[in-house]
Amino acid sequence: MEPHYPLFYVFHFYLFGVIALASAIAFVTRKSPVPAALWLVNTMFSLAVLFVMLDAQFIGVMQVLVYAGAIMVVFLFVVMLLNLGDPSELADMRGTGWKLSAGLVGLALLAEIMVIARARLPEQLVVAPAFNAQQQEKLNVVGMIAKPLFTDYLLAFELTSVLLLVAIAGAVVLGRGRAAGAR
Amino acid sequence: MLAESLALSAALFVIGVVGVLVHRNAIIIFMCVELMLTAVNLTFVAFSRFYGAAGQVFVVFVMTVSAAEAAVGLAIIIAIFRHRQTVDLKDINLLRG
Repeated sequence: MEPHYPLFYVFHFYLFGVIALASAIAFVTRKSPVPAALWLVNTMFSLAVLFVMLDAQFIGVMQVLVYAGAIMVVFLFVVMLLNLGDPSELADMRGTGWKLSAGLVGLALLAEIMVIARARLPEQLVVAPAFNAQQQEKLNVVGMIAKPLFTDYLLAFELTSVLLLVAIAGAVVLGRGRAAGAR
Repeated sequence: MLAESLALSAALFVIGVVGVLVHRNAIIIFMCVELMLTAVNLTFVAFSRFYGAAGQVFVVFVMTVSAAEAAVGLAIIIAIFRHRQTVDLKDINLLRG
């Protein structure tokens, strides 16, 4: 089974879990994009803490750099680029019927996920407790990810670079507009 | 901590789904998609403690894909805004039958 965790660890895990959840709820109830983006950054930071606590230090750093740093800054740039006028003109939420049905869909999904988790977890899961800690001692924090990334998953890694290239090209083509394309 | 991580991840994912359904602002809907992707990342990391580093490698891929998705999606939003002067999905319904 899972190793025993000290109370300090458990307390902070729950603390940052609750922060992440509360920020996510605050994020989803905002009407204007800038406060929503800032709450989402808060969620991402709390999740980065959880990643570090789950022995995924490199992923935690990536979370801060890529999500909270790069992606959210791009979102805020777009919000400011579009210059959406005063808040009353902003697109707000849908009507009550939509909200109710969205809540029902959410509850149904949550129940489904919980049932699946309960049914599958106990017997199939526990393979090697503290496996990653051993890996980290053998390689190091980055090497633990880099070694499979550049050996077992090399093809996927190379395809990812193609994906990024296509995405950059697509973003440039879509973003430059008609005036620049007219030659 | 596995069960707690999975429950938190499920809750975050569902919040993302509800956000996509409830909001009309295209930018916020994109942020909700990012939240869903991150929730899945939490599941990968939680399982990677038991199955080795492959889960974390997949998280790297998910992050790359979400970065690409954000770049292209926001470019599309900018293109639509240039065309229609709005990001309200209520007014962007050309394909509605």
